[in-house]
Amino acid sequence: MESKSTFTVKGLSKSFAGLKAVDDVSLQLETGEILGLIGPNGSGKTTLINLMTGMLEKDSGQILIDNHNIGEMPAYRVPFYGLVRTYQTIRIFKNLSCLENAMIGALGVGTKHREAAQLAVALLEELGLGDKIELSAQSLTFRDQRLLEIARALAAKPKFMLLDEPAAGLNEEETDELLSLLKPMPHSKQVGIIIVEHDMRLIMNLCDRLHVLNYGRTIAEGKPEDVRNNPEVVKAYLGSAAHEQ
Amino acid sequence: MNAEILFEFVINVLSMGSLYALISLGLVFVFGICQLVNYAYGEYITVSGYVLYFLGVFTNLPWPVVFLLGILAGVAIGFFSELVAFRPFRERSLDALLVTSFAVSIILQRLFQLGISPRSKAVPVPAFFNLNIQLFGVITPLRNLLIIGTTIVLLTVLVLIMKYTTLGIAMRGASENFVTARLMGVPANLMISAAFIISGLLAGVVAIFWSARTGSVEPMMGGTPLLIGFIAVVIGGMHSLPGSVLGGYVYAFISNVLSLTLPSSLLSFRDAFMFAIVIAFLVLKPEGLLRGNYQEERVG
Repeated sequence: MESKSTFTVKGLSKSFAGLKAVDDVSLQLETGEILGLIGPNGSGKTTLINLMTGMLEKDSGQILIDNHNIGEMPAYRVPFYGLVRTYQTIRIFKNLSCLENAMIGALGVGTKHREAAQLAVALLEELGLGDKIELSAQSLTFRDQRLLEIARALAAKPKFMLLDEPAAGLNEEETDELLSLLKPMPHSKQVGIIIVEHDMRLIMNLCDRLHVLNYGRTIAEGKPEDVRNNPEVVKAYLGSAAHEQ
Repeated sequence: MNAEILFEFVINVLSMGSLYALISLGLVFVFGICQLVNYAYGEYITVSGYVLYFLGVFTNLPWPVVFLLGILAGVAIGFFSELVAFRPFRERSLDALLVTSFAVSIILQRLFQLGISPRSKAVPVPAFFNLNIQLFGVITPLRNLLIIGTTIVLLTVLVLIMKYTTLGIAMRGASENFVTARLMGVPANLMISAAFIISGLLAGVVAIFWSARTGSVEPMMGGTPLLIGFIAVVIGGMHSLPGSVLGGYVYAFISNVLSLTLPSSLLSFRDAFMFAIVIAFLVLKPEGLLRGNYQEERVG
C-alpha cells in the first residue's frame, strides 16, 4: 500500500488587470479523496485550476505536493510530481489515435515506450474504449472524447487529478456513467480528485468535501450536506438556481 | 505522347518533387511545433552549401564524409540559431519570432558576403552525380535517381520516428496543441530543438542536391528554395507534414506540365503562371490540399 500524499494550496491569488480572479484561496486534499470545486459562473474555478497546474502564472501563494513546491516549477515538470488535469473544452490530440493520446500521458512523465503502450491499452479498456484504440481521436463521440481525456490523464499515474467540468455536454445517462466510473477511482487508482462541475447531482453524489468560490474568494468549505445549507452559499449560488426553479 | 516522353516526364516530376518535398518538409517541421514561418531556413541550406564548397575544394575527404559534414552543418545551424536567436523571444510573441527569423536570415547572408565572397563559388560535384543513366530508353543523370531514393529513405525514417518513437508521438502531440502537451510533461525546449534539428538536417540534404543542380553556392542562394518551400506548403497545407510532401510533388508536377505545354514565347513567364496557381490556391483552398491538424486555440 502506498503512503498518502497531500496536495496543498496556500493563499493563492491572481489578478487580471486589477480584477481579482482568484483571491487568497487555500485548500488541501489527500490521495483517495474527491473535492468538489463549485461556484457561480466567473467565480474563478477554471482560473484556480489553471494556476494549480502552472498554466497561468500566479501572483502569490504556494502550491505543494507533499513537500515539493510545484508552484515554482515550469509547467512541464508538474506532471512528474503527480498532478494532471482535463479541460472544460476537450483538448485531446485529434489527429492522434486513442492509443497515442493515452500514451502521451504516460510518455510525458517518462514511462518507457512499451510500458506506456500497455498502460494506455489497459486504461482505454477500463474506460470502455477498448474497441476504439486504433481510431483517430477526432472520430470519437463527444462522450468518448471526454473519457479519452480522462484516460490520458490517468496514464500519467497521477497522485492528483483536476477535472474541469467533465460532465459538460454529457446527457443525464452519460453523466451517470461518468459518476460510476469516477466514484471508485480515488481508491482503485490511489488518486485525489478535484472536480469542477455545475451538475449538482454529480457533485453531491461524488464528492467527499466541497469548496465553494464566489468572486475568487472561498466562501465555504466542508461536507456536501453542510455546504448545501450554508446561508452564504445558498445566497451566492444554490439560491439563485433554486429561485429559478 | 509516347512512352519515353511520359517516362521522362515522370522522372523529372519525381526528382524535382522529391527535392521540393524535402524543402517544404523542413519548413513545416518548425512551423508545426512553434508556428514560426522560418525565413532563415533558406540560409540553413546556404550554410550547408558553403561547407560542401570548402570541403570539396580544400580537402580530399571522400564524398560520403563531405556530404555527412555538410548535413551536420545544416543540423548545427538549425540547432544553434534556435538556441541563440529564437529561444530568447519565444515567450514574447509570434511576430517577434518572425522578425527574428528575418534578422537571422539577413545576418547570415551578410556574413557570407563579407566573410566569403559576394560572388558565387563553384561547388565540386562528385562525377557519379552527373553520370548519365539509361532507364527504359530515357537518359537521366544519376543524381535525379539519387534524390528520389534519398527522399524515400528519409521519409520512411521520419514516418517511423514520428509514428513509433516517444519523441515522435510527443512531437505530433505538441504540434497539435503545444500547451496541452506541455502540461502532460512534454518539455517544450526539447521538442523545439528537435524540430529545428530535423529542419536543419533536411536543409543539409537539400543543399547537396541543390548545389549539384546549380553547380554553385552564393550568399543569396537560399531565397529560391525558400520560395519554392513556401509555395509547396501553400499548395499542400501548412499544418500537415504529409501535406507539405504532397505539395512539393504537386508543385513539381504543375511546373513540369507548364514547361511542356506553354508555347516557347511564354515559357519565360512560367513562374508567373506558377504564382497565379498559388494565388488561386490561397483564394480557393487556403488550408491547402491536406488540412492537417489546424485548430483554433480556444480558452475558457
